[in-house]
Amino acid sequence: MARIDLEDVGHRYAGATDSWALRPLTMTWNDGGAYALLGPSGCGKTTLLNIISGLITPTRGKVSFDGRDVTALAPEARNIAQVFQFPVVYDTMTVFDNLAFPLRNRGWDATRLRRRVEEVADILELRADLARRARALSADQKQKISLGRGLVRPDVAAVLFDEPLTVIDPHLKWLLRRKLKQIHQQLQLSLLYVTHDQTEALTFADQVVVMSEGEIVQVGTPQQLFETPAHRFVGHFIGSPGMNFLACEWSAGAATIGGVRLQTSSAREPPSGAALSIGVRPEYLELAPAPGPNRVPVRVAAIQDQGIHTMVQVEIGASLAWAKLRSPASAARSATTFAHLPPQRCALYADERRVP
Amino acid sequence: MRLSGISYRAGSELWLRDVDLSLAEGGINVLLGATLAGKTTLLRILAGLDRPSTGSIRKGESDLTGIAVRQRNVAMVYQQFINYPSLTVYENIASPLRVARKPAAHIEARVAQLAATLRLTPFLARYPAELSGGQQQRTALARALAKDAELLLLDEPLINLDYKLREELRAELKQLFADGHTTVVYATTEPLEALQLGGHTTLLAEGRVLQSGPTLEVFRRPATLEAARAFSDPPLNVIPAGMLADSVRIPATRTPASEIVLGIRAHEFSLAGAPGRAALSGKVELAEISGSETFIHLARDDVRLVAQVPGVHDLALNQLCTLYVRPASLYGFDRDGRLLFAPES
Repeated sequence: MARIDLEDVGHRYAGATDSWALRPLTMTWNDGGAYALLGPSGCGKTTLLNIISGLITPTRGKVSFDGRDVTALAPEARNIAQVFQFPVVYDTMTVFDNLAFPLRNRGWDATRLRRRVEEVADILELRADLARRARALSADQKQKISLGRGLVRPDVAAVLFDEPLTVIDPHLKWLLRRKLKQIHQQLQLSLLYVTHDQTEALTFADQVVVMSEGEIVQVGTPQQLFETPAHRFVGHFIGSPGMNFLACEWSAGAATIGGVRLQTSSAREPPSGAALSIGVRPEYLELAPAPGPNRVPVRVAAIQDQGIHTMVQVEIGASLAWAKLRSPASAARSATTFAHLPPQRCALYADERRVP
Repeated sequence: MRLSGISYRAGSELWLRDVDLSLAEGGINVLLGATLAGKTTLLRILAGLDRPSTGSIRKGESDLTGIAVRQRNVAMVYQQFINYPSLTVYENIASPLRVARKPAAHIEARVAQLAATLRLTPFLARYPAELSGGQQQRTALARALAKDAELLLLDEPLINLDYKLREELRAELKQLFADGHTTVVYATTEPLEALQLGGHTTLLAEGRVLQSGPTLEVFRRPATLEAARAFSDPPLNVIPAGMLADSVRIPATRTPASEIVLGIRAHEFSLAGAPGRAALSGKVELAEISGSETFIHLARDDVRLVAQVPGVHDLALNQLCTLYVRPASLYGFDRDGRLLFAPES
């Protein structure tokens, strides 16, 4: 296991002289951490993963594992394990031999090898299948073998996952996600997980790195990203639907919408001239039948009963916003005329950035 | 459109067995089922690409069974976006209109309108290879819509797109079909997608129809345990009634309580006790925080539970934890998995 340091690391693909696939960044990945790299396609997350694995040599900057410069080393020389989107399994081998493969390659003796393979098989609930040929297994079981092969070596610097659950059905995703999390708690490996799926990223990682257009826009715990997005992109990208941004004005030391003064969690004054909005999550926007502090008038535009939630779309000033309610649809219909913005649950945004 | 007794055999395997299904005309019909449940096979039969081994497809008085796709007004969009690589986005969208020999002014207006709806206007002069995956899939959708077909078949059309883009396109598609002009059949593996699309839902498993009806009705009143499982994400919690019978009264039925199996949807659990709520304790196997919610995985004897509760809760591994549930939110099933009672909605 290792600490991974990136120092001023940036990358441009050949031919793209004026644009960075990954803008130069400096960052440390702590030993034993579970990290997710989250962002839409083209945001640079796979480029960053490939720079760490050694599949890509960055255009500039230095990559070190525990202080040792590995920038020029090939993937095989970096002592990392990788799990890809599609299972990579030797069909003709047994499950045991598939799992043992990375250890045999490194000359482990038979007793120690068996113990480790069985330990990993236990965690993944593959113990009963060890003697079966991989060919006979279902897609999700094969992906479990891929995971197991990635996890079997205790001495790897890090295990890198590139969208490992994309091809798995929702029911099995639950099982495999749970397994991954347990493995991290039991084996204390450094894990780095690339995904575009916020649920996977937030449930898997202690620290989530959100990327957009070749840049890291925020690093934080799932709770921080949800409660206090530093950037409108993070507010939008995390959460389903994303954060509401209500256009507002600044007058006499307070944010106002349609003349109503609104308190937010932002303590500072926004820079003058910036486009201002109040960010509030659909989960925290409350609907009310009467005026009151921090309430603005609304018009209900749409109500959707989605079984688990009721989604209510409201017009607030010039903006449209969603409220996500756990109560039945009938509750929302009755005389909604105001929205309450809980002051501690909303913040002021100047252009793209949160005002602290 | 009505499908009766449709079966489809490929070699020795039966991919569809005795499927009866009516499509809601001018609405969204969701086919919900796991991989290999028979969704694609059913779509291909609806499109006329494959002929069923038995059964018939009728529309009103006319028999459409085995009528080739070219002679019918059908459009289909696949998981993998398919566009003409040598044509620009504009020409891709225009192609069905050119085939139909529409006047030039009509083509221009229609392409402009579809491009605006699907946010493709800035890319009309580009070739598919110069587009992102989302833009390519939107192009394929625009072309299918340009055909103005009576029947539009969508086979997991958003599966290869980013999560966020999926969410946006799903909302757009729903609006697009709100005019009731097109009958849409939409195949997906995701229960939450069915709930967001609304309309009608047919649950498929292993080539069989488990249940069919208005989406919320099927969600709230699954006829069987199998249907309830197929339409739950996170997975449905299933426990013997005996586990709760001491603490709360479950609705009286003719089935003895010892034979009743209870189903509890994950979002019905709460961490707060209240009078009249049933309590279930177990050891925490895992607490996953998704931002606004925590998924708590609990083990009790050999039963495993998942709760989806609002807020962030840091629970230690193996800690004892109690979940509460209102008796009114319980589903009951008999020994054969038939629904005995469901929450009132």
